[in-house]
Amino acid sequence: MTEPLLEVTDLQVSFGDVPAVRGAGLRLMPGERVAVVGASGSGKSTTAHAVMGLLPGAGRVTGGRISFRGEDITHAGEKRLCALRGRQIGLVPQDPMSNLNPVARIGRQVAETLVAHGLASRREAKDRAVEILAEAGLPDPGRRARQYPHEFSGGMRQRVLIAIGLACRPDLLIADEPTSALDVTVQRQILDHLEKLTQDLGTALLLVTHDLGLAADRADHVVVMSEGKVVEAGPARQILTAPDHDYTKRLVAAAPSLTTTPPRDRRTAEPVLEVVGVSKEYRIRGGGGALRAADDVSFTVQRGQTTAIVGESGSGKTTTAHMVLGLVTPTAGTIRLNGTDGTRRGRRRAMQAVFQDPYGSLDPMFTVERLITEPLRIFGIGDRASRRARVSQLLDQVGLSPAMAQRYPNELSGGQRQRVAIARALAPEPRLVVCDEAVSALDVLVQDQILRLLENLQRELGLSYLFISHDLAVVRSIAHDVVVMRGGRVVEQGPVGQVLDSPADPYTRQLLDAIPGATVFS
Amino acid sequence: MTAVDPVAPVALGRVRGRVLRKLWHNPLGVVGGVLLLIVIVAGVFAPWLAPYPPSQVHFTTPFQQPFTVGFALGTDDLGRDVLSRVLHGTRASLEVGVLSVLLAVVVGVPLGLLAGYWRWLDAVVSRLADVMLAFPFLIVAVGLAAINGGGIGNAAIALGIANIPTMIRVVRAETLRLKESDFVLAAHTMDAGAGRILGGHVLPNALSAIIVQATVIMPSAVLGEAILSFLGLGIQPPDPSLGIMLSDAQQYLFRTVWPGVFPGIAIALICLGFNLFGDALRDALDPKTSHREGR
Repeated sequence: MTEPLLEVTDLQVSFGDVPAVRGAGLRLMPGERVAVVGASGSGKSTTAHAVMGLLPGAGRVTGGRISFRGEDITHAGEKRLCALRGRQIGLVPQDPMSNLNPVARIGRQVAETLVAHGLASRREAKDRAVEILAEAGLPDPGRRARQYPHEFSGGMRQRVLIAIGLACRPDLLIADEPTSALDVTVQRQILDHLEKLTQDLGTALLLVTHDLGLAADRADHVVVMSEGKVVEAGPARQILTAPDHDYTKRLVAAAPSLTTTPPRDRRTAEPVLEVVGVSKEYRIRGGGGALRAADDVSFTVQRGQTTAIVGESGSGKTTTAHMVLGLVTPTAGTIRLNGTDGTRRGRRRAMQAVFQDPYGSLDPMFTVERLITEPLRIFGIGDRASRRARVSQLLDQVGLSPAMAQRYPNELSGGQRQRVAIARALAPEPRLVVCDEAVSALDVLVQDQILRLLENLQRELGLSYLFISHDLAVVRSIAHDVVVMRGGRVVEQGPVGQVLDSPADPYTRQLLDAIPGATVFS
Repeated sequence: MTAVDPVAPVALGRVRGRVLRKLWHNPLGVVGGVLLLIVIVAGVFAPWLAPYPPSQVHFTTPFQQPFTVGFALGTDDLGRDVLSRVLHGTRASLEVGVLSVLLAVVVGVPLGLLAGYWRWLDAVVSRLADVMLAFPFLIVAVGLAAINGGGIGNAAIALGIANIPTMIRVVRAETLRLKESDFVLAAHTMDAGAGRILGGHVLPNALSAIIVQATVIMPSAVLGEAILSFLGLGIQPPDPSLGIMLSDAQQYLFRTVWPGVFPGIAIALICLGFNLFGDALRDALDPKTSHREGR
């Protein structure tokens, strides 16, 4: 048996007095690909950072051992770590937007790594950088190397970061959520590329991700972490198909995979919302001409059912949602909300919204009770006593204890906050709830709970949802009808089964193929 | 429907408790707070703490050294007790400071809110603020005081007006930031009006920035009062003021330095107290340093 490249045993990391990692262990053979999976706060990123000696702030390794090629680097000095980092252990960071220096040319940033490790003189490094960029799949690398980061798209920047990570031909590449900021189709390209490069170079890959499907797709071994501990480790297939630990079982069950298609009953055919031929043009500043953020969009939301709008960033789905909510005035077309008196106030009362970020959409200075009663106060519903009773009722409906009413948002977890946001949306008894990426910022298990909650509420209260999402798997598990958007236009729409099982448009098929883990689950 | 989140709620405590705790853990903040407390007690209780009325002259004992029997900090050219005058002068300084901060807040905050919220108004308000800022703060204050004449009230008004533009800027910037936040967007979808959004959402969230700015204005107003009085444009003799004391002492500097040293120290302590406390308050209120527990 060959010596493992990286071996982490019983690692303990604390931030101040707060333990973040409490006994993590993993082992990586040369050329092997291992994925570390876990929810936020599980200590997966901290483990990766500890390996590189890059713990932020008050973070310290308090126990355990990290050995790289048999050498104990747990408490290695900065000098030794500097020699290792980049040269033998490469890193692909999470956010391609903030990890490149905005005022330095791309070529120079790649060359810098080479020069820093003494692999090339300044002059050679320049040519070498262009070669490396070409290898990273950048078209016209000679010209691209002279450009600045803002001239690159998110996917291209991530390619550059991968190129930098691999520039010195390290034996180990640590990729910390390398694609979570990217669209699914771009994510797929990047991961394919990463896989090919590491394979060609024989580099071992430590992939840190929250996405179980992605981990299973891309790694030989999967290590599942929860609350700072490794709960299960093993071959990818085995973890997904026959999970052993309770937490992994829940994680697998909660993953919005493509195989779970609960039957949808389509009782009524009474449209609540009708959007007909809606467009929105933005004049481009300085240049003349116009940007069509939404172009001739039409769809309906049936009573008691869910219509989902799916698309990648820039597809116009959020613009469409904002037009429905009356936050943006459409350039052309009509939006009809049935059963209202037609005034703006009436429309807004009948239509409430739940936003993506549960940390941003609740005023931090308000108590939960004040948050939930705000729409009631605005629309003048009830008096003080009846509102208070309504708060308890609503909290109960969204699965929160009425005792939470006096808490502030910063005392709640992400999932609890999103429940409060849903309770607030339900307060004025709307007919339509617009969920703008309402579950995208949540961890898989919490996401699953919130989706179930939305489903139950729909059944009990006969609500209709307009569900905006970039995640086809989530859409499948909640929607009745799907509208697929791209570049401001609707490319395909219809019942969820029809669109997702036998997509007519190639773009829809492309989106479906890009979902990580699809092949493993089916 | 009794699903429970796997993540237990993190008990972070109320915002106020956290801010106080952080202030307490900042040594400079504690020093500033203690200084501030001493200064405020001295100012508020000056009539009871001072051994003599501030303007009582003792022609038989001018230019006494500090720690003379009967005159703890000595006397000035007219034999007035320096300690009594410093205490009363501190009181006057704080009065002017508080009044001018109030004026800057009362005028600057609403203008800042409106300018941040409505673009067309922003053009008018911000340009006016820019014009005022083009003149150095003191020139504006001196000019206004010269037009209005001396006196404690006029000094406060002059300093208050001179500080309005910076307050407008701070509040406007906060409003611009908060206007784009998701919770304001959510309020829009609930059909909340401008009044509710500004008063209910933006103002409470901008409060910490306003408080910090007030602690910045306060020492500059105290300093401004001393300068105006020194120039004869602020508080008029024989009323005690730290600035007047400095101006009087300056004429007799070759005979004794002490009547000038103590008011100088008092001004320095007041400003230091407010600045240190203000800095610590800013750090404690900064959300960027307060999310560490959330990791």
